[in-house]
Amino acid sequence: MNEKDIKNLEEIFEQRIARDEKIEPKDWMPEKYRQTHIRQISQHAHSEIVGMLPEGNWITRAPTLRRKVALLAKVQDEAGHGLYLYSATETLGITREELYEQLHSGKAKYSSIFNYPAITWADMGAIGWLVDGAAIINQVALCTTSFGPYARAMVRICKEESFHQRQGFEILLTLCNGTEVQKAMAQDSLNRWWWPSLMMFGPPDAESTHTEQSMKWKLKRKSNDDLRQQFIDQTIPQAEILGIKVPDPDLKWNEKRKSYDFGEIDWEEFWQVVKGHGPCNKERINARIDAWEKGVWVRDAALAYAEKQSDKKLNKAV
Amino acid sequence: MKKNWPLWEVFVRSKNGLEHRHFGSLHASDEKMALENARDVYTRRNEGVSIWVVKSIHITATNPKNNGELFEPAKDKIYRHPTFYKLPDELKHM
Repeated sequence: MNEKDIKNLEEIFEQRIARDEKIEPKDWMPEKYRQTHIRQISQHAHSEIVGMLPEGNWITRAPTLRRKVALLAKVQDEAGHGLYLYSATETLGITREELYEQLHSGKAKYSSIFNYPAITWADMGAIGWLVDGAAIINQVALCTTSFGPYARAMVRICKEESFHQRQGFEILLTLCNGTEVQKAMAQDSLNRWWWPSLMMFGPPDAESTHTEQSMKWKLKRKSNDDLRQQFIDQTIPQAEILGIKVPDPDLKWNEKRKSYDFGEIDWEEFWQVVKGHGPCNKERINARIDAWEKGVWVRDAALAYAEKQSDKKLNKAV
Repeated sequence: MKKNWPLWEVFVRSKNGLEHRHFGSLHASDEKMALENARDVYTRRNEGVSIWVVKSIHITATNPKNNGELFEPAKDKIYRHPTFYKLPDELKHM
């Protein structure tokens, strides 16, 4: 294909997206569209998988059986969501092994929120309420994205995710209606998770390098700052119901904007965590590498068994 | 050479009376594991009553490049639709 042909195909492609047509895996697509999608969808998949770690840590210590089955189901959903998203990424021509390799080597990123530790039971509440709450806002916007397999995975994920947020809120509500110590535990948890949750929407629009192109491809429907504001506006009344306060002295209702004004986010902290210097970066990646390497013999044995069974069938047929 | 678990496509019948529909894909070492994984990955909330799995390499698909010659000829065959035929207004229910 010469340059002129490619330019022509690109134009047809952009028009299809502008008409809200979906792009399917075998359709022609610009190389940059393919690479951007591999990067974003796999980053999303890795976030689901790494996101199981801070919560998995609490399954055996859940305070009641009711809490335990709910947390177990939530973590299992996250495994499922990771698998939907890995499959969607693979339709773009990259293998599952390459994707894992990118995670393990640090080439691929995952949401930096999971590099913070979950040190009390209240953190299970805060993660469900705030982290899943923020994720839902991001994900609802993606249900109408242009790449078919990603949009379909997002629809399924959004349907399943709303229980995650509710179970988190209920954990905090129970603590807030409990003893002084329990309420203090809930407040402490909000203090630690609030700012990292706001960082989940990514850098401010002025510094976000991918926003413009991603908007054009409908890989992003709203800007980072708009989504962040939406999250704050919907979360503050929920905090009031709980009776705990977000750790932001500058937070104030702005009657003119009909929105909350809020304080400066510590972006230096955000970039430090993204670059691998958060409290748990090494621990999370090592846990993933460990699981992958220690599982080699299981994967090999299953494959050897499958080959033996299919040889047996073949011999019978002969 | 290092071998990896093959890719399978998963089809689920959501309830009797409906057809199996493509739900997604997954990796598994054999058909039994593919069915078990499909049950865990795609039917955690009563989404199905029956699952089919088939190795992805066994699917033959049309190429979108040929969509013009394959699918466009149907567009001008409007006589295949009931609205093409002019009938008198008195004629109800046909």
